[in-house]
Amino acid sequence: MKRVQFNSRYLPYLFLLPQFVIISIFFYWPSAQAITSSFYIEDPFGFGSSFVGFANYTDALASPEYRKIAGFTIAYSLIVTTLALSLGLLLALKADAVIRGKSAYKTLLIVVYAIAPPVAGLIGMMFFDQHIGPFVKFAALFGWDMKVGLNYFDTAFAMVAVAVWNQIPYNFIFFLSGLQGIPASIREAAAIDCKSGTRRFWTVILPLLTPTAFFLLVINMTYSLFDTFAVIDVIVKDKPANNPITLVYKVYLDGFRGNDLGSSSAQSVILMLVVLVLTMIQFRFIERRVHYG
Amino acid sequence: MIKKISLAALALTMTASTTLAATNITWWHGMGGRNGEVINELAQKFNAAQSECAITPVSKGSYEEALSAGIAAFRSGEQPNILQVFDAGAATIINAKGATIPAEDLLKDNGFTFDRNAFIEGVRYFYADSDGKFVGMPFNSSAPIMYINDEALKKAGVEAPKTWEEFEAIAPKLKEAGFIPLVQSQLTWQFTENFFSRNNIQFASNNNGYDSVVDTTINVTDERHVMMYDKLKAWYDQGLFGYYGAAWNDNQKIFEEGKAALWIGSSGSFGGLQKTATMPFSATFLPYWGSIEGAGVHSFIGGAALFAMSGKSAEENKCSAAFFNFLTSTEIQKFYHQATGYVAITNAAYELAKSEGYYNEKPAAEVGIKQLQLPGAEWDKGYRLGFYPQIRSIMEREYNRIFAGETTPKDAMETIKKEADELLARFAKTAG
Repeated sequence: MKRVQFNSRYLPYLFLLPQFVIISIFFYWPSAQAITSSFYIEDPFGFGSSFVGFANYTDALASPEYRKIAGFTIAYSLIVTTLALSLGLLLALKADAVIRGKSAYKTLLIVVYAIAPPVAGLIGMMFFDQHIGPFVKFAALFGWDMKVGLNYFDTAFAMVAVAVWNQIPYNFIFFLSGLQGIPASIREAAAIDCKSGTRRFWTVILPLLTPTAFFLLVINMTYSLFDTFAVIDVIVKDKPANNPITLVYKVYLDGFRGNDLGSSSAQSVILMLVVLVLTMIQFRFIERRVHYG
Repeated sequence: MIKKISLAALALTMTASTTLAATNITWWHGMGGRNGEVINELAQKFNAAQSECAITPVSKGSYEEALSAGIAAFRSGEQPNILQVFDAGAATIINAKGATIPAEDLLKDNGFTFDRNAFIEGVRYFYADSDGKFVGMPFNSSAPIMYINDEALKKAGVEAPKTWEEFEAIAPKLKEAGFIPLVQSQLTWQFTENFFSRNNIQFASNNNGYDSVVDTTINVTDERHVMMYDKLKAWYDQGLFGYYGAAWNDNQKIFEEGKAALWIGSSGSFGGLQKTATMPFSATFLPYWGSIEGAGVHSFIGGAALFAMSGKSAEENKCSAAFFNFLTSTEIQKFYHQATGYVAITNAAYELAKSEGYYNEKPAAEVGIKQLQLPGAEWDKGYRLGFYPQIRSIMEREYNRIFAGETTPKDAMETIKKEADELLARFAKTAG
């Protein structure tokens, strides 16, 4: 076998350089800025700032409101991730089993992903609108007086529904291609050995899908934490009032609407650390159970 | 040949420089829809009226977005000449000494006259410093007024209320006639900020925040203010008051559809309401409490003002001054007032519209101005509170919780006071 070798020891670094420059400009530099300004209280126009140490962090963490939002964020991302993954997998399994009209199903399921989150939020908002929303009228049939925008639970319900609906197609595409990557011979052998479809799924199909599932888990966690921003923004219409919001939305509110850069920076650093820890846990503990074929 | 070309080039630069001789200035604003179009019309009128200056308005989205964009631009030295800032953001920009040139100085330094008394009573103080000097030039100004569904009142056989006591007397009849007696848009503006103003109660320490940002605290826990929300909650429970959310349109829609009898909205909503209302309507003043001594004075203005940003050349500043001067001219004020429904901010423009019979045709358009012209008192000039957009968010959150039955007005006000005072203290640190 021919060994690939670089002639110069600096060449590999040169190849890495463009990537490093981009990451530095768009990630390390802003992160460093955020960390710096999280230790200051600054006048919005930048005329003066005073060093306050960790006060921005302790203020945020001590605030009952911040803790309430953090609690909601955890519940929200767990629910969104679980629902989006399981429904995406369910639909992929069903679509994979269909023999006739397969592409029609696939197209119908995938097309939702082409909807941008703000548009998805807008559709969701209309769907759950207290005056004209069809779902609200439907819920009223069961005696559920839905008040999205007023009632904490109802608003959370609408947010989760829209966020999950928008993310299912993405999971569907990956699960479906994962399923189609399982060799027919393995499936046949499994079919002979085991009659129960459910058992076959748990013992053969799912283990073979774990690389896809793990990738999707990481993506969905990030999605629910960060990318659902637009959905939330449209549903609460820039007036969060008593409605549920996530931590990333609070960073935006304090920084851009409230012009409190110090507090907003401290909150975004906290969020950055949380995601760092979460990613480490995912790779350290969950990835062990993944079988790469 | 070369001579010919260079001559031609010279001629070209000459013509180019004559057409470009006008000084260009930019104006960032946060208005959309019909009001955004009117802003473009204003700019065109100004550009057509003279040749030295050319103004370009740029929409930056909402009020909050315009303020954020202006701040970000200022920090990177790319600020516009003129920035529109809304009422709740006023403290942020006025306290940033050096970010703006006070409108009054700008006008005087550039040879224009400035007469405070030309402006109607309720407009004079909100964007001014504690000595009364205009820092921001009031632009689109509004007052909270009560719109009336004429059909509903007729059906119930009642008169529009002047005080909240009168409302309590007629509300059950309106309900009986099949209407939601009262809805509103923006609890914070109408039942807190303007509650303090209209009933002449102090809103915040340090002269409502005008004198200093240090140790300023908010008086939302005043028992009369708590009483207002106790009443609102009781009315809500009895079906006399409807509440549909914190966003402006959530509540306006009920009135437009003719389901509500009374709606507390902005005088600036008049233009739009004419197109959307499905029933005949009129308007009257924001009610006050007859039981509160000294109540019934004018409310202060809402809306937004224009600020001349610093760091611009003398030539450009002269154009900004010329534009401010142009905006306050009687004809232009009248045009803007009639095109948008915002109040005319100068007495002359109001008198002109009146003499032309505009209010005979549209009496509702006059209500906001008349309310702002009511006699003044000690605590009705407005407020100046730092980080106020966030404080408003806290109020919105707690007020929602009141109507959801999660808290009582008294507890809500205490929570607001605690969190707001913390924010005010934070703001004082930024200014220090």
